[in-house]
Amino acid sequence: MAVGNEINQNDAVSSAGKVELLFFGQLKERLKCSKLSLEITQPLTISELKLRLVSQYPHWQPWLEERELLAALNQTMSSSDVIVKAGDELAFFPPVTGG
Amino acid sequence: MSIHIQVQTDDFNVGDEHNTLCSNNKSDGAVVTFTGLVREFSSGDNVIALELEHYPGMTEQLLQSIAEQAQKRWQLARICIIHRVGYLALGEQIVFVGVTSRHRQAAFEGAQFIMDYLKNHATFWKKEHFKNSSNWVEFKQSDKQALGKWES
Repeated sequence: MAVGNEINQNDAVSSAGKVELLFFGQLKERLKCSKLSLEITQPLTISELKLRLVSQYPHWQPWLEERELLAALNQTMSSSDVIVKAGDELAFFPPVTGG
Repeated sequence: MSIHIQVQTDDFNVGDEHNTLCSNNKSDGAVVTFTGLVREFSSGDNVIALELEHYPGMTEQLLQSIAEQAQKRWQLARICIIHRVGYLALGEQIVFVGVTSRHRQAAFEGAQFIMDYLKNHATFWKKEHFKNSSNWVEFKQSDKQALGKWES
């Protein structure tokens, strides 16, 4: 157990860095932001990262908590419990409407 | 088997794309193409243009994956998907899907499958421009229901 914990702590230390955030469609317009670098000190889930964003930008809350909002981690559709690490690219966007 | 994916601001020529699908292709007896256009009426108001944006990189990957899924289900020797982005005026072409197959049924179904999946999964977002306003298009439940026929 102790060894496991140590490894996790080391991981946390080495995993500090930036996550590149992207916003598309109506969300981009509402946030008035298309991309943003977010400093993280340890891996966190997409929903935890959203909470971080809301604490930093409280006026974004209604848009980031939109029920239909989708997320893609490193260009793969991802649910809110997926872990985000430093160096990752995370995009948020509304349901798609192409074609 | 070949797959051609293109996301571009420029217009495309349906005749040229059709010729490319047919040229040096002696094994396929069927070509089905679909072209989507900017239409006038949406939610009651007169649309004068559409603005389309996408997620560069992810969109192309998704379109490639949709085409590969179609090739797993049907014998589609050639697939071409072109989707435009940027500002598109009324009547302009938005999207092209062309497939070839030995027989027509696979070609018809394959092209429809690709369009249904593109509508639901490809990372494009559409904004409608009216005379004095603009509006982001909402996702349609009918597009989601269209996927039902491919689930089995």
